[in-house]
Amino acid sequence: MAEAVSYTEGELALATGKIKYLEQGSGPPVVILHHSWGSPGWLPFHDRLAQDHLVIVPDMPGWGGSERPAWARDPRDIAIIATRLLTRLELVDVKLVGLGFGGYVAAELATMNPSRLAQLILVGAAGLQPKTGEIMDQMMLSHRKYIEESFRDAETYTAYVGEEPPDDIRQLWDLSREMTARLTWKPYMFNRRLEPLLGDLDVPTLIIWGEQDKVVPFECAKQFEAAIPHARIEVVEGAGHVVELEEPDRLATLVGSA
Amino acid sequence: MFIGHFTERPYQDPKSGYFGATGRSLMDLGMSNASYDPKLGADLYNRYLDERVFAEEMGFDGLMLNEHHSTPFCMGQVMNLEAAILARITSRAKIVLLGNILPIWDDPLFLAEELAEIDMISRGRLVTGWVRGTGRESVAHNAVPPYNWERFQEAHDFIVEAWTKPGPFRWEGEHYHYRYVNPWSRPYQQPHPQIWIPGVMSRNTVAWAAKHRYPYLMLATELQPTLESFQYYDEVAAEEGYDAGTEHRGYLFKVHVDETEELAEEAGRKYVQGPSNPFLEGNQGIVRPFIQNLPGLTQRNNLLPTMRSFAAAASRGRAGQHLQEQKKEAPPAPPKDTYVDQTEKLSIISGTPDTVIPKVRHVLETLRPGTIFFWDGDGAMSHDDQMRSLRLMGSDVIPAVRDMADELDLKGPFEADASGEDTTAPVGESTGQAATGSAEQAR
Repeated sequence: MAEAVSYTEGELALATGKIKYLEQGSGPPVVILHHSWGSPGWLPFHDRLAQDHLVIVPDMPGWGGSERPAWARDPRDIAIIATRLLTRLELVDVKLVGLGFGGYVAAELATMNPSRLAQLILVGAAGLQPKTGEIMDQMMLSHRKYIEESFRDAETYTAYVGEEPPDDIRQLWDLSREMTARLTWKPYMFNRRLEPLLGDLDVPTLIIWGEQDKVVPFECAKQFEAAIPHARIEVVEGAGHVVELEEPDRLATLVGSA
Repeated sequence: MFIGHFTERPYQDPKSGYFGATGRSLMDLGMSNASYDPKLGADLYNRYLDERVFAEEMGFDGLMLNEHHSTPFCMGQVMNLEAAILARITSRAKIVLLGNILPIWDDPLFLAEELAEIDMISRGRLVTGWVRGTGRESVAHNAVPPYNWERFQEAHDFIVEAWTKPGPFRWEGEHYHYRYVNPWSRPYQQPHPQIWIPGVMSRNTVAWAAKHRYPYLMLATELQPTLESFQYYDEVAAEEGYDAGTEHRGYLFKVHVDETEELAEEAGRKYVQGPSNPFLEGNQGIVRPFIQNLPGLTQRNNLLPTMRSFAAAASRGRAGQHLQEQKKEAPPAPPKDTYVDQTEKLSIISGTPDTVIPKVRHVLETLRPGTIFFWDGDGAMSHDDQMRSLRLMGSDVIPAVRDMADELDLKGPFEADASGEDTTAPVGESTGQAATGSAEQAR
């Protein structure tokens, strides 16, 4: 994207701790919840969406610049705080986009407080136990290997991250993994109490999956589709788990038209 | 001085290629148990128990056990079982558990009950110890690493209370919840068995041990960083208002004695061969740092000086950090013969009694520990290797070390009270002084 970045940094003081977020644009609000490895900052995907949306990219509590709720033990705790974020920012008719682990949190949020949501958009979302296959266990992989597996191939990973990840990115991955472990070490990346609660969800839901996602099995997309009444699946050809990095324009178009 | 014996009880299977002869990879947490031979396991468990009985005969004060999971370098997965057997088949030596991995216990009441039973069966010869475990243990029993330290502390508090507070009582904690704590067993030793804390790296643990006045044992770390860690313990003790003594310092190190220098080198080299602990320096085998260094397992920026040792750093996933630090200092010397290298810095002491005893003396003079454990019979060492060494320990080394300890005034935790709560002293006598009688009572 060629446009100059003009995003702003926001901060919200909740009783559960400070939340940092990035913000740009105007129009229908889009809130994007990041992967388990944290938000890498303002992305081309965000720029593209900000052309006709108000885009808000928070660091989830315990990630990046947002304070850790030391008491939190479950992604559901994070989802509760995220609902407060929507309320305090007075956002209505939100398109809530969850990437990977962020999709897990987004789905939990939708089950408990759908009133501010216009659309739920799950991208390679964790949260359900796949009926076949397993969600890739990052805890048994080095940071580098896990992130590499999140891309469609090693070349794309290198093109994005470089031969050696810079120190700040390494630190982001390391601290993010700790928070991830605090919430979802076991069971890893799913909650058997989520699927039964999706049945009465009346928020239109778009399930987007990278065709070459190696992290969360496509089976999970089908399970989300079966569990949520108004849901449909879009597969992004050529993308792995990190659709927002590999196919930003395509993903932005899907989110924009949802 | 308290002198103990230790081996990790390696799963030695010459056919498996774990000895490196076949070039088979020895990857920690990357080896299937499909090749595990229970008949061989039966032989090895019984061999190691037999060696412990003989170690007691040779005059060791303590038989140390440890515990690891899902790995061939240590067969002690359920250390308490071995301890229970030793409780029955030995008669004098302390059974020293260093230690139970508290955070992996979801039900520490079971642990309190088991240990009380062992203490009773042994008629008061149990020494308990608590550890946080490596990443391997958290993975194997799937304990959440970021809560490891919280669970360690709460399980400790709970077990001590279960041992000492008349039940029934209720426990509603952060990680453990019980509506009826009333174990129908109590420790033979009152108020409870001694608690010793082993470790290698966490400053948290050293400080915690010092605050509780628990003896702290450094496990096979190099001399200078070990000394620095003991000094850190002393500093915390001073802040807590007491003077730490030799009874608070323990040290485990590799010592093998043999009949000739040739045999000693042949056996000593086996420390670094076979399925010996792959995260120790120079050993065969590959560790996966990201598993040793699980997210949140150890608090950042809180490392003991031992981490300067490259092997220790690499083993715990901090090689990168270590290398960065090293770059600022001198470039590392190229590696040489690891056995020679380790003998030169006394990480391995192997020889005849004549050459071993002066080196042990140097260690005692440098560190001033009241408790030592000789780590022997490990790696690829055979039963014969171990038995030759145990005989010479009994005839030469242990008597000489006892004389040295007297001369250097090194008292162990059964000679000098580490707890500061000497119940044998008459009221009004100052605490923290030598308590007599404990060692004799134990015998």
